[in-house]
Amino acid sequence: MTHVLVIGAGPAGLSAAVAAGDAGARVTLLDSGDGLGGQYWRHLPPQRPAQREARLHHGWAAFDRLRGSLVGVEVVTEAQVWAIETVDGIAVHVLIGPADAGGRAARTFAPDALVLATGAHDRTLPFPGWNLPGVFSAGAAQALAKGERVAVGRRAVVAGAGPFLLPVAQSLTAAGAHVVGVYEAARPAALARGWLPRPWRLLGAARKGGELAGYAAHHLGRRVPYRLGRAVIEARGDGRVEAVVTARLNADWSPIPGTERTVAADAVCVSHGFTPRLELPIAAGCRIGPDRFVAVDADQRTSVESVYAAGEITGIGGVDAALVEGRIAGARAAGAPAAAADLKRRTATTDFARRIDAAHGIRRGWTSWLRDDTVVCRCEEVAYGPLRDAAAATDQASLRSLKLTSRAGLGICQARMCGRTVEELTGADPARAEDTTDRRPLAAPIRLGDLAAPATTCGKDTHV
Amino acid sequence: MSAIVPWETDPIRPDEPKPLRITVDGTSIEGLQGQSIAGVLLAHGITEWRTTTAGRRRGVFCGIGVCFDCIATVNGESDVRLCLRRANDGDTVATQDDTREAQ
Amino acid sequence: MNADVVVIGAGIVGAACARALARTGLSVVVVDRGAPASATSARGEGNLLVSDKAPGPELDLAMLAADHWPHLAASLADELGPGFPDIEYDRKGGVVVATTEEGAEPLRAFANGQAAAGVEVAHLTPGEARSLEPHLNPAITAAVHYPQDAQLQPVVATEALLASARRAGVRVLAHQEVVGLVRDGERITGVRTASETIGTSAVVVAAGPWSGEVAAVLGADLPVRPRRGMVLVTARMAQRVFHKVYDGDYFGATQSADADLQTSSVVESTPGGTVLIGSSRQQIGFDDRLRVNVLAEVAGRALRLFPFLAGTPVIRAYGGFRPYVPDHLPVVGEDPRHPGLWYATGHEGAGIGLAGVTGDLLCAQLTGADPAIDPAPFQPSRPSLAAHLTGGAA
Ligand SMILES: Cc1cc2nc3c(=O)[nH]c(=O)nc-3n(C[C@H](O)[C@H](O)[C@H](O)COP(=O)(O)OP(=O)(O)OC[C@H]3O[C@@H](n4cnc5c(N)ncnc54)[C@H](O)[C@@H]3O)c2cc1C
Ligand SMILES: Cc1cc2nc3c(=O)[nH]c(=O)nc-3n(C[C@H](O)[C@H](O)[C@H](O)COP(=O)(O)OP(=O)(O)OC[C@H]3O[C@@H](n4cnc5c(N)ncnc54)[C@H](O)[C@@H]3O)c2cc1C
Repeated sequence: MTHVLVIGAGPAGLSAAVAAGDAGARVTLLDSGDGLGGQYWRHLPPQRPAQREARLHHGWAAFDRLRGSLVGVEVVTEAQVWAIETVDGIAVHVLIGPADAGGRAARTFAPDALVLATGAHDRTLPFPGWNLPGVFSAGAAQALAKGERVAVGRRAVVAGAGPFLLPVAQSLTAAGAHVVGVYEAARPAALARGWLPRPWRLLGAARKGGELAGYAAHHLGRRVPYRLGRAVIEARGDGRVEAVVTARLNADWSPIPGTERTVAADAVCVSHGFTPRLELPIAAGCRIGPDRFVAVDADQRTSVESVYAAGEITGIGGVDAALVEGRIAGARAAGAPAAAADLKRRTATTDFARRIDAAHGIRRGWTSWLRDDTVVCRCEEVAYGPLRDAAAATDQASLRSLKLTSRAGLGICQARMCGRTVEELTGADPARAEDTTDRRPLAAPIRLGDLAAPATTCGKDTHV
Repeated sequence: MSAIVPWETDPIRPDEPKPLRITVDGTSIEGLQGQSIAGVLLAHGITEWRTTTAGRRRGVFCGIGVCFDCIATVNGESDVRLCLRRANDGDTVATQDDTREAQ
Repeated sequence: MNADVVVIGAGIVGAACARALARTGLSVVVVDRGAPASATSARGEGNLLVSDKAPGPELDLAMLAADHWPHLAASLADELGPGFPDIEYDRKGGVVVATTEEGAEPLRAFANGQAAAGVEVAHLTPGEARSLEPHLNPAITAAVHYPQDAQLQPVVATEALLASARRAGVRVLAHQEVVGLVRDGERITGVRTASETIGTSAVVVAAGPWSGEVAAVLGADLPVRPRRGMVLVTARMAQRVFHKVYDGDYFGATQSADADLQTSSVVESTPGGTVLIGSSRQQIGFDDRLRVNVLAEVAGRALRLFPFLAGTPVIRAYGGFRPYVPDHLPVVGEDPRHPGLWYATGHEGAGIGLAGVTGDLLCAQLTGADPAIDPAPFQPSRPSLAAHLTGGAA
């Protein structure tokens, strides 16, 4: 029986696991979190049951159906994949137990087919003061509202770019915060270019169109100002955020002098898009496309035999894309054909991803809101000026060297937060392997004692 | 300041949560079963606990285990991402201060 | 484009050669197929060691380098000014320990041999070792202190040498692969890259582990092969390792030609607050796939030195390919079969430390100046290399 290993239990991974099981495969589903649902369906843990949790979510019924269809699937949560080896076929190394704990149980899988569905994290462009306490990624505000019932502040500003800002504002409001404004960097013209020429396609991308329309109504209803072409260009405060400065942006996202406004806030939630979590696909040897997502064909096949990818690691298309891609990947990984309807839907969701990028994609002019002392790399606290100075002193654009002369990207997050930004600021050419920050052979920290433990390293999966 | 939605008035109608206690740098703090340690702190309005090499304060930034801003020492183990780690009754949390010299 | 000398490779060795040559007034072009300072010199550690070398020519070169680095580091800092990143040169000293009864005596004997050759060596009781390194495993059986051992940041050092070379007039061409020589009969008249020809009569191959391949492309024959090494990096922590600390097996691993996995532990803290743990040695060609068993070995050895590290997170693993020559000596000199073709390569796990003196040694030979050390043991014509050269290729 074909053994399909699915990594990631978000919308893509869940639907892949169910599809692979339906196609008759033996399926193992891993997620580093202790619950299922990924980022989209992040919810309260079983220790905190709530009768109407569905209210916080879109498509909760679909989630329930998927969860219910996992019968026969071996589900392993708190399962951190920390390395993928390709020396002797594919070996997936996993530590199972509470996050970052020492002495977690080690397991190694050598599946017949692998589905990678590790999703994305939000990308926040640096701005002066973004390292103050009280500044969060928008995803953090969302995750804490849904998964903890915590509002990150009382007076919150939501800013950045993309349709994701709307659900974040809604969740914050529903968690009791007063959202004083949502600032979308994209200007009306860009939005029109991205969304309007073929609005029926947008609606065709299944529920997403309706979901967005719902947010728009919600914001009108609650009177949360939604400003286009405006960005947070600074966070101010003595030791923590007390106010933000916003400014109107040109089409290239450079702030227009004289349009600054100061808004009091104790929380700033900022996201300018998403960065796919590529370390596992890269470790598996999958080709990454020029758009910096895992390259897949219409069957979600990567460049590596028997390795499939689905969801946000293949493009930012939202939950509907993730679900469709997951179903296709799961079926194909199990050796079955994908449903014709899914292949057709995939065309619409791919189009949706293109539209998000056309409308909300980051424009180069944002760098003009940086100052020399604006921290770029949060871990190593490398500021923009010193980063540029190191590049100039060494006449170097390549990141391999620049990381080591500036320390940007060398810290414990391993450039997950600053990598794309450092690439952009230094003019690195990500087509060159030494110039991308995506390669991380260790996909998560592992304590030296666990690395040394023989159980971690030897045997293949014995569970057949 | 961060705050938790009081369960009594939360429209999603949670069951009454079960309490737990952890200590943070020696101070006992009450939390709820099922909260992450970061969740316990944020529910108390605590948004910063780590000190960087440059002496700046940090707390949660990404909320999903990617940025490592929120790390602290839990039950003697350093560098635990508090946004990912569920609180257990009796957990001992020590905040990390990168300005500190070797002990 | 024309130059007196073309150096192939902008790693630390090529950088040091180019700098030395240009400072004598020669015009020099450095060509690299990738970005400068981005290959082997950016994938290792920055140990400048005398402690791991047995008496002989390599130790002589390493002792020269140990004396030379403080001056080189200071003059680079002086020349490049405070705006240039810090080389982080630190003569912090090394402590080599044996962790087994069987390992104790060979370590002491090895150290005595080095002392006779002029290395500063101090035998330590376990108690003394623990006062130098309070977190060291109390179960060690022997320990030797080498005050001459130092460390630096290899990428900054490479960039500093390149920056200094540029100031001396060196042109560095990045992303241009060397694909052949232009000759007029026996005489070299130029170097062909993928996009242009550089007129020159002298070519220095400083292509690290690819030097064998580059020599072949140039119609010569040089037995330089890659030897894989992996290094672990921990999360930042308050400093608990104060010297460079190695297990005594380091020496054995350096000298062996066995293709099988060998590891020996080098544990050192860096100014960034992380601890670097090296390293492994494997002859597996240019295969850079991750091998978890190798990381496990490296980790296990480090724990024998510092048990407290068991709870420390490793945040990164990286590796490179040491340029390895069968007789374990760098190759620095002219190829007697190909006048005008020079080599500066084959430094295996010591190229960072030996780069500066290699540049000077090459330069002295090329310009006819007095070398600071006898070049014969390093020249391609040395007897120990003869067996590894395929006669016909010349
Ligand atoms: C914090 C956050 C909140 C979001 N909230 C919303 C929202 O409310 N509405 C919306 O439309 N979109 C939201 N998004 C966008 C979201 O990414 C997609 O809508 C959707 O969740 C993507 O599905 P996916 O299956 O591709 O990935 P995800 O849902 O991200 O699932 C990936 C899963 O892989 C797991 N994983 C990753 N690496 C490893 C590893 N090494 N080992 C084991 N497991 C691993 C993760 O734990 C995660 O559960 C959010 C994104 C983020 C980052
Ligand atoms: C894991 C590890 C740990 C190490 N630790 C230490 C240590 O602690 N101390 C120490 O002294 N040494 C150490 N070393 C060894 C040291 O890194 C090397 O000896 C040294 O970097 C070699 O420098 P290089 O300039 O010869 O080679 P490289 O830095 O590799 O430079 C060679 C250059 O040649 C270029 N090139 C190749 N082919 C062509 C072509 N056809 N055309 C143009 N350019 C070409 C390459 O792109 C490259 O940039 C270590 C090595 C490893 C792998």
